[in-house]
Amino acid sequence: MSTTMSAAMKRTLAISMLLVASFALSPARAATEADYKAAYATADAAAKEAAGLRNQWTVTVTALAAAKKAADGGDFDRATAAANEAEALARASIFQAYSEKEAWKAMEIR
Amino acid sequence: MASSIRVRATNNGDVTEVQALIQHPMDTGLVKAPNGELIPAHFIQELKFECNGKDVFVANWGTAISKDPYVKFSFKGARKGDEIKISWTDNKGGSDTTTAKIA
Amino acid sequence: MKARISLLLGSLSAALIAFALASPRVVAADKVDPVADAKAFQNFFFQKFPTVKHEDFVNGPYSVNEDMKRQWKEKEEFPPYEFALDAGKEMFSTPFKNGKTYADCFPNGGIGIRQDYPYFDTREGKVVTLELALNRCREANGEAPYSYVKDEMASLTAYMAFTSRGKPMNIKIPDDPRALEAFENGKRYFYSRRGQMNFSCASCHVQSPGERIRAETLAPALGILNAMPIYRSEWAGMGTTSRRFVTCNSQTRAVPLEPQADEYRDVEYFLSYVANGLPISGPGARP
Repeated sequence: MSTTMSAAMKRTLAISMLLVASFALSPARAATEADYKAAYATADAAAKEAAGLRNQWTVTVTALAAAKKAADGGDFDRATAAANEAEALARASIFQAYSEKEAWKAMEIR
Repeated sequence: MASSIRVRATNNGDVTEVQALIQHPMDTGLVKAPNGELIPAHFIQELKFECNGKDVFVANWGTAISKDPYVKFSFKGARKGDEIKISWTDNKGGSDTTTAKIA
Repeated sequence: MKARISLLLGSLSAALIAFALASPRVVAADKVDPVADAKAFQNFFFQKFPTVKHEDFVNGPYSVNEDMKRQWKEKEEFPPYEFALDAGKEMFSTPFKNGKTYADCFPNGGIGIRQDYPYFDTREGKVVTLELALNRCREANGEAPYSYVKDEMASLTAYMAFTSRGKPMNIKIPDDPRALEAFENGKRYFYSRRGQMNFSCASCHVQSPGERIRAETLAPALGILNAMPIYRSEWAGMGTTSRRFVTCNSQTRAVPLEPQADEYRDVEYFLSYVANGLPISGPGARP
């Protein structure tokens, strides 16, 4: 082996070092109950907005339930991740509800 | 209560064609009710068609038969106006019988 | 030079013609015109499936798939909805505790009237479906309402549809702005995408009838409600129009609305109106 590296190898190395670094840092970043509560509150508010628009997604409800279940089991990492996912899904459903207010006409038979 | 068996039998001179529809849950014993408890197995074990005192179709069934089963078969040797008798018994001791004239 | 001018003139006139053709459509889109909508809706399917007889669209996937049609014809000799039909007939003629019957709640004693539902109730200002009318009849006579999705409700509507077989769908839009609004809301619901799958009703039943979605062949939207209620082999039982809407929604990963929600009533109104003239074929059997 020589000391010269191809560009691709360098990139791979850099990425794996980053990955290692992120793993090494993860204990310090573990989600707390407060993190979960904040994430859940935001997700829940977004889900309520979607429901108000009569455009809730089943997957949002499932993700919210998963977040609650993980939190009850004390796994706040997983609970926070699920709550964040629920929020993203709820936001997407809200976007869908607003964009379809006009976009439905594109499909109409005339 | 109406019979759990519907039959239609037609003769074209040589062959008699029989169709039957039976109302039965045919529970396999593997499915859970909404409350999480298993629904006990409940299925037809024997299905019999008789014509002029002879068995023309006998089936030993299990749980692999669908709910409300439908059967269709044909046989020779019967005439228009002959009577066909259909009966079933299930694993819980339930049974039903009906007769139909061949048209 | 001369050739160039004529080319220019030619394309200009082509553009003018195109504009002339396009402009009435733009106007039509802005005001609610149910008659034109129904005509366009029917023509779309008649042109998409030129070999299908018009009255055959009410037979769902069988109208557009020869193989399935053969199997279904054989099945119709001994249809799976027969038990529900018999049960419905018996229920329909059995009096309530107060001695009255369903026949007292409906015009013509409830026989042969399926094609008039849903109708717009000008007093209530809303669409009233057959299922809703049946439960209101029960409640008015001191009986508990039935579930909207299956069992008793499906048996009752199966019997009422059976007595109306062959009668052309006859939905009316009274001269009432609220009725037009209900029609328009139903139309919007039908074409709006929803759920994580981002599907509208039209994604399947307008854009892809006759195509497969997994193992199922999609039914055309035209006349789809004329066959309700249906025995679905997949459900191993009967289902009402409400059940169909609810399951369609959840399959797109949208949380379904409650049965007989205003939106569902409106979309039933829209879909039935655009199928005006096509015969009632319910109760139906579907795979």
